[in-house]
Amino acid sequence: MNVTTTILEIRGLKARIAEDGTEILKGVDLTVNAGEVHAIMGPNGSGKSTLAHVLSGREGYEVTDGTVLYKGKDLLSMPPEERAREGVFLSFQYPVEIPGVANTYFLRMALNAVRKHRGLPEVDAMDFLALVEEKAALVEMEDALLSRNVNEGFSGGEKKRNEIFQMAVLDPTLAILDETDSGLDIDALRVVASGVNSLRSADRAMLLITHYQRLLNYITPDVIHVLSDGRIVRTGDKSLALLLEEKGYGWLEAEAPVGAGKAS
Amino acid sequence: MSSNEVLSELTSQEYRHGFVTDVESEVFRPGLDEEIVAAISAKKKEPQWLLDWRLKAYRHWLKMTEPKWAKVSYPPIDYQAIRYYAAPKSAKDGPQSLADVDPELLRTYEKLGVPLEERAILAGVAVDAVFDSVSVATTFRESLAKVGVIFCSFSEAVHQHPDLVKKYLGSVVPYTDNFFATLNSAVFSDGSFCFVPKGVRCPMELSTYFRINQADTGQFERTLIVAEEGASVSYLEGCTAPKRDTNQLHAAVVELVALDDAKIKYSTVQNWYPGDKDGKGGIYNFVTKRGKCAGKRSKISWTQVETGSSITWKYPSCILLGDDSVGEFYSVALANNYQQADTGTKMIHIGKNTRSTIVSKGISAGHGQNTYRGGVSIAKSAIGARNYSQCDSLLIGDQCGAHTFPYLDVKTSTAQIEHEASTSKIGEDQLFYCRQRGLTNEDAVSLIVNGFARRVIRELPMEFAVEATKLLGVSLEGSVG
Ligand SMILES: Nc1ncnc2c1ncn2[C@@H]1O[C@H](COP(=O)(O)OP(=O)(O)OP(=O)(O)O)[C@@H](O)[C@H]1O
Ligand SMILES: [Mg+2]
Repeated sequence: MNVTTTILEIRGLKARIAEDGTEILKGVDLTVNAGEVHAIMGPNGSGKSTLAHVLSGREGYEVTDGTVLYKGKDLLSMPPEERAREGVFLSFQYPVEIPGVANTYFLRMALNAVRKHRGLPEVDAMDFLALVEEKAALVEMEDALLSRNVNEGFSGGEKKRNEIFQMAVLDPTLAILDETDSGLDIDALRVVASGVNSLRSADRAMLLITHYQRLLNYITPDVIHVLSDGRIVRTGDKSLALLLEEKGYGWLEAEAPVGAGKAS
Repeated sequence: MSSNEVLSELTSQEYRHGFVTDVESEVFRPGLDEEIVAAISAKKKEPQWLLDWRLKAYRHWLKMTEPKWAKVSYPPIDYQAIRYYAAPKSAKDGPQSLADVDPELLRTYEKLGVPLEERAILAGVAVDAVFDSVSVATTFRESLAKVGVIFCSFSEAVHQHPDLVKKYLGSVVPYTDNFFATLNSAVFSDGSFCFVPKGVRCPMELSTYFRINQADTGQFERTLIVAEEGASVSYLEGCTAPKRDTNQLHAAVVELVALDDAKIKYSTVQNWYPGDKDGKGGIYNFVTKRGKCAGKRSKISWTQVETGSSITWKYPSCILLGDDSVGEFYSVALANNYQQADTGTKMIHIGKNTRSTIVSKGISAGHGQNTYRGGVSIAKSAIGARNYSQCDSLLIGDQCGAHTFPYLDVKTSTAQIEHEASTSKIGEDQLFYCRQRGLTNEDAVSLIVNGFARRVIRELPMEFAVEATKLLGVSLEGSVG
């Protein structure tokens, strides 16, 4: 038997919007082990993106309680770039445009930042090219997109593809995919999903934020959580997604939350 | 003789007799009068015609007032407190080794990737290179001479190529042009002269490093570049200055002349001391740069990256006289902390089918104020003239400002004018995106800014582009987060 390695351990995480003090995460508990893919579902505004942002260190949130251990280290005390270099990757729900900066140039800087952190030398130009070609093929990314500026003028689907492509190049330990499936047409969805599947590995963990069962047809998660009003109210296997597809979220709120302890 | 000429002759005679300044001294007393003008000229053993020209300029200057239309503010400049001539410090007075140089300055050079030997030169360590008002070390002169290119200090040109200097000096920027150019005409100390004869493509990029070394010394260089028929040249100007608490005045003049089918590319990376975080010290940079496309199908292209100076007042312009001539202006101006930049260009279309392109990228951070001021004027004679202008501003933080003043004066209905403008802000989302990919805040700012400026940077010769890219990053350090 293999020894399970815990990648992410969230305990009682509470976070609020720094600006107005609104509490969004109201006590989240979540453990993700190496090799596992967890899906997080839940209604709009329930705090899914907020969780992703807090985990990746975006400004504008205050953690008021709880702990997050990442590979046994205190994740919350690291600045965002250190988290990234330690292998936390966020695929953005809304990827950002950086005009005038070539996609591959950006990626090379990012890769070198990660490599430096790991005590590796800067990536050799030829090696980088080979890596880019290999990973671009994985998500069927066109060459034209590689040399264009980061996300500038990309269609919604192209942006999402670009996120997965970056993930593939940067080879993270914990990948958080925030609605990578939304905005994709059915072919793109299949391509992106197969890209994600091929990145599943025994030492990587993934958090898949999604609204749709559709994605889960292609990527089978090990565990599904439902986040509602800042808490995980239900945890189950892939059948939970089917149930949600059929019944929506309403029935969960009516029932006593599972694992969250207190009813609201 | 007109009464004016009589008057001028009399006055100039008078001062000749009253000449007392010790021209042997290395630094002149502060202040400006005819005696000082004459002493500068004497120091350089100039011919009478040049002295006369300086004096005409000086007398004209007395009747002028400092322009106030630019969007910059600074305490009044006391022109009598400035020293108008300083020979370079002798080797003994300067720092003796890098160990004697301000470590902060050295750190900047290091970040810029300036090679070690050059760092010493830039920091003013006693090496065998000449700075300040006296001629700049010019390299590769002999191989240039083989193809007939003259590249030397302005003072040398006055002695060795007086006819050329006489013919072209003031032909683009007359001594009456504007307050600062007129002052420069009276007291200019040195600068560069470049002449590329008919049909010659200058075989290498010509470069000059200017710097202001002596405290309280105004720097007034004068540069003149002439490209004859079918000639072409690329000239690079890099500027830097050590840190000082007091403000220093820099009022240079650059004149370019391009005859038929000639091409001149003039690139500047200006990194004069910008003052400290609270706006103390820094260079006042009041510069007049103008090119004349005198010949048909001639082309003059200005590219500038302005990151230094506490005040920048600078409008490299093109007079498009020859039919089918082309003027270009590519600019990145950065104002951080309390820097103020008022910069832009003027494209004056006179010849038929003349074309101009303006690309201006202003970056404001801290309390910086950045103004683009650009004029496009199209004369009646400029049938079929075209201009394309693009002015973009990037704001970092919310204490800074960006302003755009495009002026348009079109006298022919056959002209085509296109103008685009945008203002954007470095967003928290862009920074976070970069940091989430492992970049530090500083690298992220530098990356975003360089992306913004890329259209201009790529016009620079390779080595300069690298330096400019780093400079933009270094100049913005600490501006975010
Ligand atoms: N910076 C912010 N300022 C104010 N409110 C915010 C901010 N960020 C998030 N919120 C609020 O927090 C709540 C949770 O938002 P979040 O984006 O985490 O939801 P989500 O579960 O990802 O929703 P969706 O499914 O629509 O993407 C929402 O009510 C949202 O408006
Ligand atoms: Mg969301």
